[in-house]
Amino acid sequence: MGDIQFEIDGKTVTADQGMTVLEAAQKEGIYIPTLCHHEKLEPFGGCRLCIVEVEDRGWTKYVVSCVFPAANGIIVRTRSEKVDRLRKTIIELLMAHAPDAPDLLKLAREYGADPDRYERDPSFCIHCGLCVRYCAEVAGKHAVGFVDRGINKEISFVPEIAAKECNDCKECFPLCPTSYLQAAFVYTQALSFPDAVKTGQSAGK
Amino acid sequence: MEIEKIDQIIDRHNGEASNLLQIMLDIQKENNWLSKQALARVSEKLSVPLTRIQHIATFYKAFSLVPKGRHKVHICVGTACHVRGATRILDTVEDATGIKPGETDLDLKFSLETVNCLGCCALGPVMEVDGKVHGKMSPVKTARTLKIYE
Repeated sequence: MGDIQFEIDGKTVTADQGMTVLEAAQKEGIYIPTLCHHEKLEPFGGCRLCIVEVEDRGWTKYVVSCVFPAANGIIVRTRSEKVDRLRKTIIELLMAHAPDAPDLLKLAREYGADPDRYERDPSFCIHCGLCVRYCAEVAGKHAVGFVDRGINKEISFVPEIAAKECNDCKECFPLCPTSYLQAAFVYTQALSFPDAVKTGQSAGK
Repeated sequence: MEIEKIDQIIDRHNGEASNLLQIMLDIQKENNWLSKQALARVSEKLSVPLTRIQHIATFYKAFSLVPKGRHKVHICVGTACHVRGATRILDTVEDATGIKPGETDLDLKFSLETVNCLGCCALGPVMEVDGKVHGKMSPVKTARTLKIYE
């Protein structure tokens, strides 16, 4: 246990082999903002908000801490002028997609990000992959997945699986940093299995 | 596409999930598109989640989730072809087939795509049908060429 020693914000921390910098920091109670990290899920590196400065053998580089493995003797700085500037831009870019996400609004206030810096293109999904990964890794249902790529990438439910599994699960709903997931689900439901809505409602009453 | 044929293709690749991409390419080649039934069958046989197959099928341009025509027409609209009148060639093809780029006609004869360079700018404007390059096209020549294909 704890065979790696390194420094985060001047504090010496220990980590096990295979741990990421973000995990080590969270273990020590050091806060690094993130939107795509979940302790039950594999590292993903989707939102890039957890970017930190790493000094290794005199070289400084900027890495995403949720996928960067902890290593002996590195010096990590979670806040610096450049890190803050990078995060501010990342927040501004994400806000072009999801201008009203509560998490993003909070981060925007903290980092002084301007929500209107980039032209709005509200797709409401920031591609954190939490729903997709949770469904695959924890729930094991594979009801929701990514489709397409690049600027057209979006999440999509498989109607056949969603009709069977989702009404009794919905564990991914609170994970979504925006409200796009719920919207996508309701959309799929209305198109593909509207009967489940009716029976679900009558059962709820 | 019949289930047996899909099973044959899967068996040819030993039913291994690591051969997923090749299996999908073979189905695409044989059938010209990937139907939902085909993908569901592949998902079942290889025990790969449908979400993953869906992601791959939408990621690569080599795959199509809608039926494609028997003949694939590619019109080059790269810089060299464009200045040599590629738009007129494209208009001619659109008129002759009644479809726009990205579409397939109703009797599944032609699928039309635009591409950005075929690498033979000296032959511009270039039209490619089923991999065969037709160079130095004019509207008249284009219409005549399309008539060859059944």
